[in-house]
Amino acid sequence: MANYMELLSFGDSGWGDELASGVLVTVTLALATLPLGLLIGFLIAVAKNSTEPLLRNAAHVYTTIFRGLPELLTLFLIYYGGQMAMSALWRLLFGHAFEVNSYLAGMIALALVFSSYASEVFLSAFRGITLGQYEGAYALGLSRSRTMLLVILPQLVRLALPGLSNLWLNLLKDTSLVSIIGLTDLLRNTNIAVGVTKQAFFFFFVACSLYLMMSIISSFGLRRVSAWAERGQGRR
Amino acid sequence: MTYVDAPSTERPPAAARRRWTAARVTGLLLMALWALLGLSIVYMLVAGYDPEKIARYGPRILNGIWVTLHLVVLSILLGALISIPVAIGRLSHNPIIGGIAFGYSYFFRGTPLLAQTFLVYYGAGQFTAALKAVGLWMFFRDAYFCAVLTFSLNTAAYQAEILAGAIRAVPSGQWQAADSLGLRPFTTMFKIILPQALITALRPYGNEVILMIKASAIASIITVLDLMGQTRYAFSKTYDLQIYIWAAVIYLITVEVLRRLWEMMERRLTRHLRR
Repeated sequence: MANYMELLSFGDSGWGDELASGVLVTVTLALATLPLGLLIGFLIAVAKNSTEPLLRNAAHVYTTIFRGLPELLTLFLIYYGGQMAMSALWRLLFGHAFEVNSYLAGMIALALVFSSYASEVFLSAFRGITLGQYEGAYALGLSRSRTMLLVILPQLVRLALPGLSNLWLNLLKDTSLVSIIGLTDLLRNTNIAVGVTKQAFFFFFVACSLYLMMSIISSFGLRRVSAWAERGQGRR
Repeated sequence: MTYVDAPSTERPPAAARRRWTAARVTGLLLMALWALLGLSIVYMLVAGYDPEKIARYGPRILNGIWVTLHLVVLSILLGALISIPVAIGRLSHNPIIGGIAFGYSYFFRGTPLLAQTFLVYYGAGQFTAALKAVGLWMFFRDAYFCAVLTFSLNTAAYQAEILAGAIRAVPSGQWQAADSLGLRPFTTMFKIILPQALITALRPYGNEVILMIKASAIASIITVLDLMGQTRYAFSKTYDLQIYIWAAVIYLITVEVLRRLWEMMERRLTRHLRR
């Protein structure tokens, strides 16, 4: 037992600090992806909600692709494909190769996946808002953009929150995939620790527990956000 | 007073023309972008057609598809079996049984599948001596079996939640009515509750199958040569991005076909509910 505690200690002999920095990378990656994914997801949902068939179809193609591909494959396509495309472009422009940042590639790939699921969540939330809300806002003389911002969006947040909470938890788990393209997140650092110490079961169990801890903390946070979003609803 | 009896020279109003709204322009641009992307991919696949590569890696990819398929089917079926006791536990009023089932489901749904796979595959290596002693080492030494085990345990947690949720969604009046007719609990469950619950569960089950197909790509990380594994192998030999694109096309077609089939099945099974 003492042996295991030493393995997890901070400093030269233990792996505690490596695991902690891995947790930090995992959390910051997920947090950095979230706004991007939410924004793209919202725009795609608006497009799907449009009366214009061309725009709707373009949005549906996006969702079909990124919900149908395995996350791992999306990641590889972005990472290797981006590497090749950017290198070709850079060689043309500056005459030297370009190194794709695995953090950025991971962020883009995760945002693509997240946004395609988020757009479905937003879309069903849009369907939960009655037409009268739009009509009422227009009757008050609000412009379209102000209607969206002041009337629809606040209600949308409340309706979309349960679905988005699930997507956040999925995002947190999906970040583990970036360890494969070399980003030193929690799982990658765990792998390194296993390679050195040969304590595979112990370290992977610790990593799983840390992921579990992250989702438990998120659940508490999300419960507070949901209480905030429901504040106008009165007691039920 | 003048009286004009000439036929009106005015034409009827022209049919309202579709205006070039911002949405329409954006939609057109985006569709053009997709078309361009699609065409360039087709061009890339046609221009880069290399009979030698097809001959060398084609059979491997086909074999990979086969491995992916039976990996997924096996995991889903085993997961369905494991999910039954877990779902019973989730519905149980006994706090200990309920707690264990909740812990199981929380662990497998709250941690990344990749980490679970590593835990089983590499973690087993730490207990080589013990596993050899009980004769299970043959099982845990094989990446494929480890992948099946992990995926089954993982999907069992999700399937248990689907099943338990669907059973909970059946109105309690159904139980009471069956009770008052004097049906035994077993009969009530299988003849009254489950048929109604499974209709609610149909769509989530379909989603779970699709998620499993996508997640099965993770098996390639622990050296299982499934579709993704063979693709990674071929890419590491050729550095040809086409191979990933082929894999993407195959996954997309599989998922899309499955989704449509499931939709058809759902429509057929719920036809008595439609008016």
